[in-house]
Amino acid sequence: MQWETVIGLEVHVQLSTKSKLFSGSSTAFGAEPNTQASAVDLAMPGTLPVANAEAFRFACLFGLAVNAKINQRSIFERKNYFYPDLPKGYQITQLAEPIVGPGEVHIQLGDGTVKTVRIHHAHLEEDAGKSLHEDSSLIAGQGMSGIDLNRAGTPLIEVVTEPDMRSAEEAVAMAKHLHSIVTALDICDGDMSQGSMRFDVNISVRPKGQNELGTRTETKNLNSFRFMEDAIALEVDRQIDVLESGGKIIQETRLYNGDTRQARSMRSKEESNDYRYFPCPDLLPVVLSDEYIDDLRQQMPELPEAKRQRFMESYGLSPYDANALAADRATAAYFESAAKQCGEPKLAANWIMGDLAAQLNQTETPIQSCPISTEHLAGLIKRIADGTISSKIAKQVFTALWNGEGDVDTIIAERGLKQVSDTGALEKMVDEVIAQSPQQVENYRKADDKKRPKMLGYFVGQIMKASKGQANPQAVNEILLKKLQE
Amino acid sequence: MHNLTLAELSKGLREKAFSSLELTEHFLARVNRLDGVYNSFISITDEQALEQARAADRVLANGGGDPLCGIPLAHKDIFCTAGVKTTCGSKMLSNFVPPYNATVVENLHRAGAVVLGKTNMDEFAMGSSNETSYYGLVKNPWAQDCVPGGSSGGSAAAVAAQLAAGATATDTGGSIRQPAALCGLTGLKPTYGRVSRWGMIAFASSLDQAGTLTHTAEDAAMLLQSMAGFDPKDSTSVDQEVPDYLEALRGKITGLKIGIPKEYFGQGLNPGTEQAVRTGIHQLEKLGAKAIEISLPHSHLAVPTYYVIAPAECSANLSRFDGVRYGHRCEDPKDLLDMYRRSRGEGFGNEVKRRILVGTYALSAGFYDAYYRKAQQIRRLIKQDFVDAFKQVDVIAGPTAPSTAFAFGAKKDPVAMYMEDIYTIATNLAGLPGLSIPCGLVENKPVGLQIIGNYFDEGRILNVAHQFQQATDYHQSTPANID
Repeated sequence: MQWETVIGLEVHVQLSTKSKLFSGSSTAFGAEPNTQASAVDLAMPGTLPVANAEAFRFACLFGLAVNAKINQRSIFERKNYFYPDLPKGYQITQLAEPIVGPGEVHIQLGDGTVKTVRIHHAHLEEDAGKSLHEDSSLIAGQGMSGIDLNRAGTPLIEVVTEPDMRSAEEAVAMAKHLHSIVTALDICDGDMSQGSMRFDVNISVRPKGQNELGTRTETKNLNSFRFMEDAIALEVDRQIDVLESGGKIIQETRLYNGDTRQARSMRSKEESNDYRYFPCPDLLPVVLSDEYIDDLRQQMPELPEAKRQRFMESYGLSPYDANALAADRATAAYFESAAKQCGEPKLAANWIMGDLAAQLNQTETPIQSCPISTEHLAGLIKRIADGTISSKIAKQVFTALWNGEGDVDTIIAERGLKQVSDTGALEKMVDEVIAQSPQQVENYRKADDKKRPKMLGYFVGQIMKASKGQANPQAVNEILLKKLQE
Repeated sequence: MHNLTLAELSKGLREKAFSSLELTEHFLARVNRLDGVYNSFISITDEQALEQARAADRVLANGGGDPLCGIPLAHKDIFCTAGVKTTCGSKMLSNFVPPYNATVVENLHRAGAVVLGKTNMDEFAMGSSNETSYYGLVKNPWAQDCVPGGSSGGSAAAVAAQLAAGATATDTGGSIRQPAALCGLTGLKPTYGRVSRWGMIAFASSLDQAGTLTHTAEDAAMLLQSMAGFDPKDSTSVDQEVPDYLEALRGKITGLKIGIPKEYFGQGLNPGTEQAVRTGIHQLEKLGAKAIEISLPHSHLAVPTYYVIAPAECSANLSRFDGVRYGHRCEDPKDLLDMYRRSRGEGFGNEVKRRILVGTYALSAGFYDAYYRKAQQIRRLIKQDFVDAFKQVDVIAGPTAPSTAFAFGAKKDPVAMYMEDIYTIATNLAGLPGLSIPCGLVENKPVGLQIIGNYFDEGRILNVAHQFQQATDYHQSTPANID
């Protein structure tokens, strides 16, 4: 049977407000446990929450970015459950009247097609603290658990999509798209390793052509795109196996382990809590005016979707390149700066997505701290474009730039890397190679037009070798063709 | 000195008839001598009080100070006091010392008031007799075999026995006004949002409001003046100017329209109480007011509505008492669930458990619509009754409680106890201000006359109460044998 995968996402986005959603404590990551927890965060008796206006601004910006309806009246509710890292015994969240209503985004897939994914809603809520169990180095005693409430009360928006994705690829593309939106808006630092964005994936399968949705499972807390892709593949295979062997999918929450690349059931629907939501009487409904929302609309930065379009139109980039460069705000800015300085946007795109990206990846350097300035990269591209150096030699210059060995022209001059385009010198080299390779010359001359270009490569290679890569390949080609036909 | 009103004490301090230190020592001596009988205090903060009194005397010596400067008061033990144990009447918080002051405490501290101690109360303010306190029964100074009312029973008994010149209290369904009635005091519950709830341990957040227990309306006005105001730490406090309440007391009430809700004089109202209340209303008519019969048609739904909403909110509010961060934790928990179960099982008394259970049930999947949502709908109808009534009348008057103070153990059935608040609960559901003033004695036990005002109309109900007290002396009767 042909199966169709159906995926919906629930995405927790940690907002990068300075203080928490309902208290004045800092939201900075990595402080000593419980040093960023006030009486409110500890849920001391008599303390009360006061909503952080900045969090509303951020949530509204997100709503506008996903073309959503902003609910001008939203209310906070209490979601009740007991857990040691939930100090009040309830989480303040939104349910019936969330701040962001239905919206939609357009994501680009690998083959260049664009797909619409609908947003069901997005709501504001507070994060819980962290439970540290005995394997944590922070816990002294055996059999002890520790509670760190630094994160408790950190503002989140939870984005809930419709089940519009049909493959892991689409789900990952959507996740990346949301990542690019929240970082473009600067409402989230996007650092997934610190849990700034966490993905829950709802997955079901159904026979192809069937309208009705299959029973879904939820795989929780995926904090990398790679894990997400892997977890979806795993779960889809599992569901298909179960169904094909005559079994039934149980609605459950599953936990994926990135180290073992395995998932296990955490709890079934029957075991799930009754959260007894009700409106939080400590907080009034939040009412936003038309002016407030219009103001935010004015403040909206250029979003990845628009940027992608502009990159295609004004720089002539392919959809793939435009998408890749526009997705990350810092990368996009780097590209634009380099492209403008060198006047060669396509070359700039190739270098940034090729050698530069590889080097940044390998050294785990964010592009914001890239050792090669956009000015230097633009300089390098200019020298390629004007024929001063070959693409091959350019790689050497690139490495030197990365290592901080000066500017492009100095490096080229000091190392004598300038491309040899002087016809006299090149002709001499060509003559030498032809003289040393009588057999190859003979073969070439006997061969038909189809085989010749490939055979020509041998001579070019020899000359490049002899010139240490500095010979201008185009000029070499021309001279070779002429000489070999003599 | 102990039989003076706040206003008289304030004058005496200013005229150097006595110092705050003398006054404070005098009250502390009374507390130490007499409170063994009444049990109105959970904590006595004598050292701190003397220190505050000395500081107040320095301010007064320089001719400065707020009208409350140097006056010894008591706080209901529901208000957090920095460095002073705050129990909320519960074993759960028997070891809890907050690192912060409630805004009410802070405001009165800033005014220079002296705090004698923390008063007894029903556990987490859940009760109408002070019998649910972990810290023992409180005796009504008027009749020692009777309850003082609740939940602010300790504050009421302390003021009635003249162990403190005035006291703070809280009212979620009548917890200021009913003890005021039962102890012959003036008890004011302001409009919801008038006084900050920050640092006041929550019972039912949408109903809780801090107020005062004093001998006179004038004293209530003095206290409220310092307590009221917007607090950025409480989102439900209202950013509205605090009027001059003492100024508001003065006007005559000629032509004032007083609504008398017929529903407040039905079955269940003790005949003696009814007669005293009607006499009180007649007295207001003699002062020029006009009594008009009105109807609050949804009154009979107030108690059942309250007993869905208040428990629902408390079931969540009390979840934080889990033994993890502060408060009671059971011995040697074997795992997390065991710790939760035993800490809460041991820390909470039966009435608190009953309300948590009721509230949890009312919010549960499948019951929410039938209970919580329905209760919220009825709450709006109850509020609308008042909104409609206030189109017709300026204030509403009636009984505060159905009868006078009852004997300990007399109301073992929880529902019988809940009916104690039948006339007070609706104002909490509507968020309106209300007060109770003494209007006579029945079998030598005080009766309370309730006056309910429109939103933020504390000035007007205090005015009515003050004019009543200028013309009568009910508020000057004191229990026998309090010395």
